[in-house]
Amino acid sequence: MKKIRNRTHLEKIRRKLLENRESGKRCITISSGTCGRVSDSQKVVEAIYTAVKNHGVEDKVYIRVTGCHGFCQVAPILVIYPDGIFYQQVTAKDAEDIITETILANRVVDRLLYVDPTTGQKIVYEKDVPFFVKQKRLLLGNNRFVDPTKIEDYIAVGGYKALGKVLFEMNAEEVIEEIKRSGLRGRGGAGFPTGAKWESCNSAKGAIKNVVCNADEGDPGAYMDRSLLEGNPHSIIEGMIIGAYAIGAQQGYIYVRYEYPLAIKNTQLALNQARKYGLLGKNIIGSGFDFDIKVAIGAGAFVCGESTALIASVEGKMGEPRAKYVHTVERGLRNNPTNLNNVKTWANIPLIINYGATWYSKIGTEKSKGTGIFSLVGKINNTGLVEVPMGTPLREIIYDIGGGIPEGKKFKAVETGGPSGGCLPAKLLDLPVDFERLTEVGSMMGSGGMIVMDENTCMVDVALYFLNFLEDETCGKCVPCREGIKRMLEIVTRTTKGLGKEEDLKLLEELAETVKDFSLCGLGKTAPNPVLSTLRYFRDEYEAHVRDKKCPAGVCKNLIEYFILETACTGCGSCLKLCPQQAIKGELKKPHIISSENCIKCGICSDACPVEAIIVR
Amino acid sequence: MMVSITIDGVKVQAEEGSTILEVAKFYGIEIPTLCYHDELTPYGSCRLCTVEVDDGRKTRLVASCLYPVEEGIRVKTHTERLIKGRKMILELLIARCPNSKILQDLASEIGLEQVRFKTENEDCILCGLCVRMCAEQMRSGAIGFVGRGQKREIVTPFRMASEICRNCGACMYICPAVNLKCQGVNSPGELCNSCLIITPQCLEKYGQVMCTQESCGVCIKKEKK
Repeated sequence: MKKIRNRTHLEKIRRKLLENRESGKRCITISSGTCGRVSDSQKVVEAIYTAVKNHGVEDKVYIRVTGCHGFCQVAPILVIYPDGIFYQQVTAKDAEDIITETILANRVVDRLLYVDPTTGQKIVYEKDVPFFVKQKRLLLGNNRFVDPTKIEDYIAVGGYKALGKVLFEMNAEEVIEEIKRSGLRGRGGAGFPTGAKWESCNSAKGAIKNVVCNADEGDPGAYMDRSLLEGNPHSIIEGMIIGAYAIGAQQGYIYVRYEYPLAIKNTQLALNQARKYGLLGKNIIGSGFDFDIKVAIGAGAFVCGESTALIASVEGKMGEPRAKYVHTVERGLRNNPTNLNNVKTWANIPLIINYGATWYSKIGTEKSKGTGIFSLVGKINNTGLVEVPMGTPLREIIYDIGGGIPEGKKFKAVETGGPSGGCLPAKLLDLPVDFERLTEVGSMMGSGGMIVMDENTCMVDVALYFLNFLEDETCGKCVPCREGIKRMLEIVTRTTKGLGKEEDLKLLEELAETVKDFSLCGLGKTAPNPVLSTLRYFRDEYEAHVRDKKCPAGVCKNLIEYFILETACTGCGSCLKLCPQQAIKGELKKPHIISSENCIKCGICSDACPVEAIIVR
Repeated sequence: MMVSITIDGVKVQAEEGSTILEVAKFYGIEIPTLCYHDELTPYGSCRLCTVEVDDGRKTRLVASCLYPVEEGIRVKTHTERLIKGRKMILELLIARCPNSKILQDLASEIGLEQVRFKTENEDCILCGLCVRMCAEQMRSGAIGFVGRGQKREIVTPFRMASEICRNCGACMYICPAVNLKCQGVNSPGELCNSCLIITPQCLEKYGQVMCTQESCGVCIKKEKK
């Protein structure tokens, strides 16, 4: 591997790589990000390699192990290019068939095809899978064409082209102007205009300037940043080098949480390869610009996703935020100007440079440009990463792409923005998703988590869940956040146990307002959102818990009772045998009864009942 | 350089770089504080000194002990929203440390009448004054915060008697909240172990109490409270 000498050299290398890539071989692509690996994708990869060798078809196929493709519900995914034959939930046993049938005999393996749950139709090609059809995958799209451990793959698909353009054709002001014109806003949650941030960091005084990539993704159920770092780390690195050039920074940091081992590994590998190619370090591809990136590993604190806490953590201090009245772009890491952006923000930069600000600003809504990546999880048919233009209505994301709610249940709410966001009810399903609209309705964009809940979800229980999470994760520095979350949790816990008092809801609201107004950092300021939004849209549920001591969704254990319908019970005895408390009594072939005294409400009986005679009331 | 700002409707001159709290104090406007001390770096953790700042674009709630004054800002120190919040913060603190005199005093000043939360029996309000005192004024750094959230506390490293602690008692001197009852063997290691030493070190070394301040150590302050 030789250092790239200049821009022409880079293009020459790219042409060569492309020639090799399109040399007539078919490419078997296997998704093997974290989601793939938990479904044994590594065994699939091994089996495919063995099968290819056994059949002696090495000259016909090329195997590419990639990161997550986005459709995690059916991982591991295997796609054969250039045709785009899409196999889902592939196991090691299927490898033999894939080679003999598809590669050798050109027939499709029927059992591995994706079946559209709404129409029942089998789908052969990747481009026809409804989950992908309605998406606009600007950032995630390349994940399937790139082996994250090979920089050559990224260069072949046009990687570092934007860097070449920036370094040899543009000056710092022009780059900033381009980003400003594109309308790109920070993807970490707050949505601050990226160009404006770069501009203030560029004009800030300081001998050393830093750029930081915030990959401390901690929202429950959100993993967009992880998938990007795992699947296409070079897109982020390229964005950071461009940013550093525009700002005049010499040092970069990628702050990844410890819980993302694969992301850390792939990022470090990518950095080393970029260094070897001369894309990082001194005199980057002969332009005279010096810049390098280090990986900083977080210790797993949610609060370290907050910029000042993250900086403290990189400095080796306790991960605690400080007041940002003097911005980090002026005084950040080691008191030097520091520009911090989210993973997705950095990944957007090469796109804007390559295709231009005008092109980019046409995507999305008036104030929110580009695409948003959402991790669609919870009670949804198609779990996975969804990338859509800003302003796409929630309904389209949940029903058209997500495939709706499983088992034909009713949609109840969607939680956007993680623990700092809010729960939105069904009446807001037509809300276009962008920064402003989500904030207006009491939630937020956040990093892009989207948790879907069905009718069997108790909203008070949801608030309890998020408060529990936040109580664990608050750093405890300021009083309203530390003590306030604890007390909110106390009140909500009381409510779910049926011990709530009428005045509790007022106190809860009062408390939530104080925590929101008086907390030091973003974590505290947004911590009451799950409580405030559920109180706003699902107040009746709180009231049912407090006044009637009932949980309408049948979730809160202290407020429900398992009951056997005498008319439906056949007396089969399945429940009686399984009950861990021996709380069920009855003779064979006669209706049984549950003694509520001994019942611990585990629900085993109701799951076991063949005739659905056991109900929750 | 001087800038002009408005505090509670009064236009005043303030030195650039000073904080709102410093300016307010200078002009005799009282803003309640707990974790603030003139001679220590402001920390911004108690949030009692929060004020409303209008910079012409929007109104924000900021901690006055940290916010540097800017030309033309309009500050309000006692609005309904602020008083309500301060009351709630005090209520939360008293629920944690019901026996703290300073909290009780502040509560009666601000007119807090009831505590609606289950009370606990903590002494430390985690204001961090002792930590900053030890590090900044005593140049020692024998104590610090450990733990996150509810597990946060101030202790010596690894809860062992600190090697660099000089038993100067400055942490106890500055502490606004802890009623200095000796905790004896119940909690060894906390607050530089001074409370475990019945005789101050100076007494052993010099044969007399060497305190230069009114209440430097265990011996005096214990009696006083």
